[in-house]
Amino acid sequence: MAINVNLDIALTHILTRKRQTLVASLGVTIGIGMYIFMNSLMAGFGQYSRKEIFKTNPHLRIFREDERSEPIYPSSAGEKMKRVLINPALTTSSKALNNPEKLLEMVRNMPFVTTAAPQVNVDVFYNKGNSQRKGITNGINIDAADAMFNIRSTMVSGSLDNLQGNLDGIVIGRGLAEKLSLNLGENLTISSSKGVLKIMKIVGVFSANNKNSDDTKSYINLSAAQQLAREGTTFVTDIYANTIDPDRAAEFSTQIQTLTPYKVDPWQVTNADLLSGEKIRDVMGNTVTLSILLVAAFGIYNIMNMTITQKMNDIAILKAIGFNGRDIVRIFLTESIIMGTLGVLAGLLVGGLCIHFLSKVYVGGPSGYFPIYFEPKVFGLGAFFGILATSLAGYLPARKAANVDPVTIFRR
Amino acid sequence: MPEPEVIITAQKIGKYFYEPEKFKVLNDVSFEAYRGEFLTLVGKSGSGKSTLLYCLSTMDTDYEGELFIASEKVTGQTPNQLAALRNHSIGFVFQFHYLLPEFSCLKNVMIPALKMGKYKAAEIEERAYQQLDLLGLKDQALKPASKLSGGQQQRVSIARALINEPKIVLCDEPTGNLDSKNAQIVFDIFKKLSTENQQTIIAVTHDADFAAASDRIIELADGSIL
Repeated sequence: MAINVNLDIALTHILTRKRQTLVASLGVTIGIGMYIFMNSLMAGFGQYSRKEIFKTNPHLRIFREDERSEPIYPSSAGEKMKRVLINPALTTSSKALNNPEKLLEMVRNMPFVTTAAPQVNVDVFYNKGNSQRKGITNGINIDAADAMFNIRSTMVSGSLDNLQGNLDGIVIGRGLAEKLSLNLGENLTISSSKGVLKIMKIVGVFSANNKNSDDTKSYINLSAAQQLAREGTTFVTDIYANTIDPDRAAEFSTQIQTLTPYKVDPWQVTNADLLSGEKIRDVMGNTVTLSILLVAAFGIYNIMNMTITQKMNDIAILKAIGFNGRDIVRIFLTESIIMGTLGVLAGLLVGGLCIHFLSKVYVGGPSGYFPIYFEPKVFGLGAFFGILATSLAGYLPARKAANVDPVTIFRR
Repeated sequence: MPEPEVIITAQKIGKYFYEPEKFKVLNDVSFEAYRGEFLTLVGKSGSGKSTLLYCLSTMDTDYEGELFIASEKVTGQTPNQLAALRNHSIGFVFQFHYLLPEFSCLKNVMIPALKMGKYKAAEIEERAYQQLDLLGLKDQALKPASKLSGGQQQRVSIARALINEPKIVLCDEPTGNLDSKNAQIVFDIFKKLSTENQQTIIAVTHDADFAAASDRIIELADGSIL
């Protein structure tokens, strides 16, 4: 009953000051709207850039790290040993993984691995007439690689399937095709660093919307790549694996690391620069939106402070007729929470509309439509922060009201 | 005639003001008020009569001595206990009416009863109407409090003070702002409350006629009862 009368009084106050209520709520609306909009924008960008990363990068990459030659006598062996001049250099041993079949099998059997594929990456020159371009060709197991990178969806002409069992076929990037003015069905000579020369027939052209990979990358049959490297059928330079959750790739990589002496890198290591950029963007965005929210909360704080100063008499009367401090806090806190809730609801709507309209904007280029999506988490957090900020902003003046001494008011 | 029931006991109430310098406003005031008594506190301004009234009201807790209401010790109770006590046992009528301006007269009268929560809202509304009717304000019930004349507002505030049937009604200059006709109406209401409802009225007043017609006058001078 007492709670009802507090609510009743709060509602009456709100309704008799519609304008102030509206102004205070509007501040929150803008704050929450911006918060949702900015955060969805950042989340959308994050998703987009991650999608771009995973077009060309696996979640995990297992490869043989370059090793430096170690001195035969360690320097810690003591005075008795003669110091020998050493010249640390990369060991010339091959980049091949030993017994890749077994390693691949073990990686595939890990419960968190969804797909795993062997790959032979060879540095090559693409030659046509006198023009020559540097690049890298990926010897792939067609189906496994497609499952990982969805290469089929990036094909602009020809077909990836033409590589199947075809040691003379090659799929090249669109940039490379344009630069060397190559068309489907034409021949291309590639030469590897091991001095192997192969004439390949172009069976497909892909475009990953990534200039670097479109200009330099090509796909060939795994066995063809092994020939370019002058190696046998067990030669594999990399094992790529995708996992159930890319965010846990680091954790998975340490698990796989226990199986193999080779280096296991999660995608975060390979793309550290992109990720740190993303981090900075997040910090910037959060700072801006939280400041806006803070300003909105100050708006509520101000208006409640003003209201309470105007209503000193009323507060004194309420106390005289038996309302205690907690009731007074409840009355004024309820008022700020009502304003806050109205503002938050409108803010959710405004944020939603912004996202809706922006997601219809066509940016062109590789990204297509603006990468912004409805993220329930962002809406939930926005509502939470909005209510939290307005409650705090309302609580301070309400506590001040509860401490009003009625006697000093009546005796004025 | 049976011994009258003591409703308020003030024992050696002492009170200091600290601004502008330490000064004893109430000098160990002791008195008793009885059930159904219409008591007036008079004295020159600065004699401490209003200060005493606010000590009795339980709103001012910064005093020495002890205060009992209905033989229950009030001194030292928590603010929440005191608020509840004010709600059901004490009614207030102030010089400047002090209604809540956003609410209708009816609502103003109902709020203390809604706060007490003893009755359903419909019953309270019914009783508030009766109260306003007794004070001749039934027609004004739904008007906003701020639209009424001074005399009407004062009567609404009396209705509000009475809604919870308090044992004690405290008044600070209840007729100070009213013309003689309205002052007479207010006086008659108080007289009726003390005789018919056995409620104790304690009123601070400057109005000599008003005081003279009450049951007992306590005169204060320089913080002591004369």
